[in-house]
Amino acid sequence: MFLEINPLVLPDIGLVFWNTVAFLGLLVVLGKFAWKPMLKAISDREKGIEDSLAKADKMKADLSAMQNENEALLTKAREERATLIKEAKEASEKMVAEAKDKAKSEYERIVADAQVAINQQKNAALTEVKNQVGSLVVEVAEKVLRRELTNKAEQEAYIKQLADGVKLN
Amino acid sequence: MVVSFVSIFLLNTITLFANEKAAVAKEEGSFNVTETILEHIKDDHSWHLWGHTTISLPVILYTPAGFEVFSSANLVNEHHEPVVYKGNFDYKLVEGKTKIVNAAGDVDELASKKLWDFSITKNVASLFISVIILLLVVLTAAGAYKKTGIKSAPKGLQSFMEPIVLFVRDEIALPNIGAKRHAKYMPFLLTIFFLILTNNFLGLIPLFPGGANVSGNIAFTMTLAVCVFIVVNLSSNKNYWEHIFWMPGMHWSMKLFLAPIELIGVFNKPISLMIRLFANITAGHILVLSLVCLIFIFKTVYAAAVAVPFVIFIFLIELLVAFLQAYIFTMLTAMYIGMASEEAHHDHH
Repeated sequence: MFLEINPLVLPDIGLVFWNTVAFLGLLVVLGKFAWKPMLKAISDREKGIEDSLAKADKMKADLSAMQNENEALLTKAREERATLIKEAKEASEKMVAEAKDKAKSEYERIVADAQVAINQQKNAALTEVKNQVGSLVVEVAEKVLRRELTNKAEQEAYIKQLADGVKLN
Repeated sequence: MVVSFVSIFLLNTITLFANEKAAVAKEEGSFNVTETILEHIKDDHSWHLWGHTTISLPVILYTPAGFEVFSSANLVNEHHEPVVYKGNFDYKLVEGKTKIVNAAGDVDELASKKLWDFSITKNVASLFISVIILLLVVLTAAGAYKKTGIKSAPKGLQSFMEPIVLFVRDEIALPNIGAKRHAKYMPFLLTIFFLILTNNFLGLIPLFPGGANVSGNIAFTMTLAVCVFIVVNLSSNKNYWEHIFWMPGMHWSMKLFLAPIELIGVFNKPISLMIRLFANITAGHILVLSLVCLIFIFKTVYAAAVAVPFVIFIFLIELLVAFLQAYIFTMLTAMYIGMASEEAHHDHH
């Protein structure tokens, strides 16, 4: 038979036995203490690297998003500032204009009031002057009339005296 | 496969030639190439180191009379010729194998059939050395992960082992078994790969502790192939057996026709693994030895000018083959496991 002719293809029970022992022993020992920890460490490291890369990418994206946000915020703030300044300017201008208007109208009112008062006082004074002049004229006329009846010379002196005594205020 | 068959055929012819011519050659006292080569390739009870220095290995025998352990030095005389050792029975080495002999010194075939030889032979010793080397190297490399953690880059032995482990995982296990189930088979595949690789390389070293032909021994490859056969069948599912016995999507007559072929395939796969590794490694050894023997055939030192460059060339190829065969064995194992555990998918047939 083929197996008996060729010793090379006839397996020895000894080597079969010892090889089974060696292989199973290696499988158990290396499997438990080498391959599993090794493969776990390798896959842990791969996972770690993957996670780190993903994290870095996420952080990068976050950072750029934050930068964009900052940019947007800044632009908004700038716009707001500009509008605020503009509004303030407008308000102040308006206030100044209003104040000017008010002052002008007040001034005009005061001037008008003063003129009215002046006129009134002037009229009152004139009336009083007229009244006084009237009463004086009446008084003087009364006295003249009384003197005329007595003495002509004395009459004239008296008139003169009276005239001197009149002092226009 | 062609190479394997050619080598088997070649081996057979060489052995036949050896058996017929051995006696003639001895009488003539001339150099017998076949005998020399086979002596180097076959297992032995002692380990020849150099010159007259030989390690005698322990012989462990199981006979109907129980276990028996003695040194192999008892089986040879000072000229390395086989002599009868009287233990529970009379033992004698016949063509390197321990046999029971009768009082006349002839082999007792009937008694020898009940003899179980568990000796620590040259191959077993070499296998143990490779196991020790593997344990030291792999455990040291694995220990480095505990020491340095996973944050640092691999160093030393660790950086030697890690690419190979990753190679087995990414190029062998993942594509053939799939991401979901590959982790369960990784220790098995890695152990097979490294055991074959170590023994292939040890076999290429001409001096102790190399020089044995473990991975080119049919017993070694057979044991591994049987392990693969068991693992493949343990991981098989209904889908796999359905494809073997009742191929879906075929006419019933075709199904009947295919079933025996597929069933043969179940056994054929591990057998091909066994023969491929054995034949490739043995063929390599025979090639190198044949080229070296050229010097002795021509009986002139000038033959070395031709032989040595060729030997170096073949040696370099053998280095490649040593890695390649470990890879192919593991690769096919992964493929068989993947085929046996593949989930049913009906989109193509």
